[in-house]
Amino acid sequence: MKYADEFRDKEIALGLAKAIRSEADPEQSYRFMEFCGGHTHAISRYGLEDMLPKNVRMIHGPGCPVCVLPAGRIDMAIRLAERPDVILCVYGDLMRVPGSQGASLLKAKARGADVRMVYSTIDAIRVAEEIPGRAVVFFAIGFETTTPPTAVMIRLAEKKQLKNFSVFCNHVLTPPAMQNILESPDIRNIGRVEIDGFVGPAHVSTIIGTEPYEFIAEEFGKPVVIAGFEPLDMMQAILMLVRQVNEHRHEVENQYSRAATRDGNLRAKEEVSDIFELRDQFEWRGLGLVPYSGLKLKRAYAKYDAEVRFDMNELRVADNPACECGAILRGVKKPVDCKLFGTVCTPETPMGSCMVSSEGACAAHWTYGRFRDHQQRRAS
Amino acid sequence: MKAYQRKLDIRNGCVDLSHGSGGRAMSQLISGLFHEAFGNEWLACGNDQSAFDVGAGRMVMTTDGYVVSPLFFPGGNIGSLAVHGTVNDIAMAGARPLYLSASFIIEEGFRFSDLKMIADSMGEAARAAGVYIITGDTKVVERGKADGLFISTAGVGVVPAGLDLSAGNARVGDRVLISGTLGDHGVAIMSKRQNLAFETEIVSDSASLHDFVASMLAAGGKGIRLMRDPTRGGLAATLNEIAQQSGLGFRLQEAAIPVKPGVAAACELLGLDPLYVANEGKLAAIVAPEVAAAVLAAMRVHPLGRDAAEIGEAVADDHHFVQMATSFGGGRIVDWLSGEQLPRIC
Repeated sequence: MKYADEFRDKEIALGLAKAIRSEADPEQSYRFMEFCGGHTHAISRYGLEDMLPKNVRMIHGPGCPVCVLPAGRIDMAIRLAERPDVILCVYGDLMRVPGSQGASLLKAKARGADVRMVYSTIDAIRVAEEIPGRAVVFFAIGFETTTPPTAVMIRLAEKKQLKNFSVFCNHVLTPPAMQNILESPDIRNIGRVEIDGFVGPAHVSTIIGTEPYEFIAEEFGKPVVIAGFEPLDMMQAILMLVRQVNEHRHEVENQYSRAATRDGNLRAKEEVSDIFELRDQFEWRGLGLVPYSGLKLKRAYAKYDAEVRFDMNELRVADNPACECGAILRGVKKPVDCKLFGTVCTPETPMGSCMVSSEGACAAHWTYGRFRDHQQRRAS
Repeated sequence: MKAYQRKLDIRNGCVDLSHGSGGRAMSQLISGLFHEAFGNEWLACGNDQSAFDVGAGRMVMTTDGYVVSPLFFPGGNIGSLAVHGTVNDIAMAGARPLYLSASFIIEEGFRFSDLKMIADSMGEAARAAGVYIITGDTKVVERGKADGLFISTAGVGVVPAGLDLSAGNARVGDRVLISGTLGDHGVAIMSKRQNLAFETEIVSDSASLHDFVASMLAAGGKGIRLMRDPTRGGLAATLNEIAQQSGLGFRLQEAAIPVKPGVAAACELLGLDPLYVANEGKLAAIVAPEVAAAVLAAMRVHPLGRDAAEIGEAVADDHHFVQMATSFGGGRIVDWLSGEQLPRIC
């Protein structure tokens, strides 16, 4: 496959693995968090952990916008979809995300709610045009990468003068979440954060640039490497992080220079800031309330804001107290340390954020990596 | 005297509720469209059932339902798929398929021209496979109660004496063979989905495999432990099932697994893994190591097995994991699919 195979070359990978092995100081441990589920997926899918020395460990981060969506927001969407006048358009991977008490959009659909799977924002606009008599709501989720398409959709609805179209906005921001992982008050309960550096999400940086991560490097003294999602991107980023640690540097480095710049996509950023503004706080599954980490529509666009239009009440549902997502996300615990892992919490019946989507830390370990636990047990 | 006043208007007409009500209209639909397409001596008798002679030995029976969407896709339609799918379920026992039944649940308003095209391709697929559709049923439901057309089938076949292919037969050290490239059917279907349409040259691999199976059995004899056609859930589901049922694990080599570049590219685009995508004309065989080379050679000379490959082996594993060495040099599990990749592919 042209343009993809070049980034999956085994020989180059082995060369990078060798460099990591020879440069990583055996006396030191290197714990790097890959923030984004796309990275977790690449690590698992290609078995990268097998290529790293034992003292270089990857900690899987909050994953994807699907995983981090709290049960309360899902409950809100279900309530909305249960209204007979509403058609809720969602991306397929949201269908199974658990709300409270085992509810999900998939189950709501089975009971008669009009929930439709769409593949792009344009599809939702099309539904609204085809069925003018019903209110069509798009369940917008995503990190900074997917916010511009939602902005474009609102512009399009404006242009087409669609009166039956609105957005249930759940867009979230990555830098505040990274900061939360390093400094939230919850850390007092866990005791510590064991992260020596971050692999930053490249697709997010194609929009917002690499600059918004600089405070992580400066104020928290953690190296950050913005990396692409192909396995060679990951291997190179890990090597760059090892070098920063060895040289006591903490900078933002850009591995994904083929598409990301320091400033990002100015036009996209402009569109987003025209239409959206910061929420005071937004709940993340696994992290709790994170200040200034979510977006909502500006008042000028209130008619496209489903929360205003349908007078939706904010619902909060507490995470299962036995769930260790918070500690797993801070590198203090591993998926297997959680009592729920693989017992009541599996990809079929996910409880915590890390199990919800295939890109979450626990789901990735369950789906791709759990054989290693058995290997280790046998070895010891 | 003519049986019916007016011929069925295949070109412009469509199915209405009267075609399922047991009256003259239904009788005309059955004789004018289905009998014409399936044409055989059993149907010509016009009974509610069909009688056939039973030889000595063991028989196999299977049943299957077809709800694929869209009904027409590159490389076939729901009709040919129904015949191939049923024949293949029989063939995986090493059996020779003989007779099929077909039951049609049709939504009112379904066009005769589409129904005829589907029935004709069923008849064609049956003739090519040397099987007969000897009994059937037609029901019509109101608009909105079925998505155009559902077909449900049953099939019977005979197993050659002494042959016992079964899911629990795999042993440690056995080799895993597959008959060709993975994921063609699923990708062909997805390429025609509403909202998802993309340009691809990939066509469904839908095909009857019993003749191919016979040539494998001739080469491998009792060294062939079992076969499965990896349909829904793809090769991943098939191997996980066998691992559970035989009480062992598998170790696969990703680099040995054949996938067409077009399928790999489509999967890349859609975020799917070809190991989980459906096939309708492929099989996975677990064979004893001493016959693996001979069976593989026999597969490769058959037109349905040109891309056949040995992709791994059965290993002792109490956890029944299917593990894979990735082309990249690492290792991973190939787990069951959780949830749905995309709905209704067969």
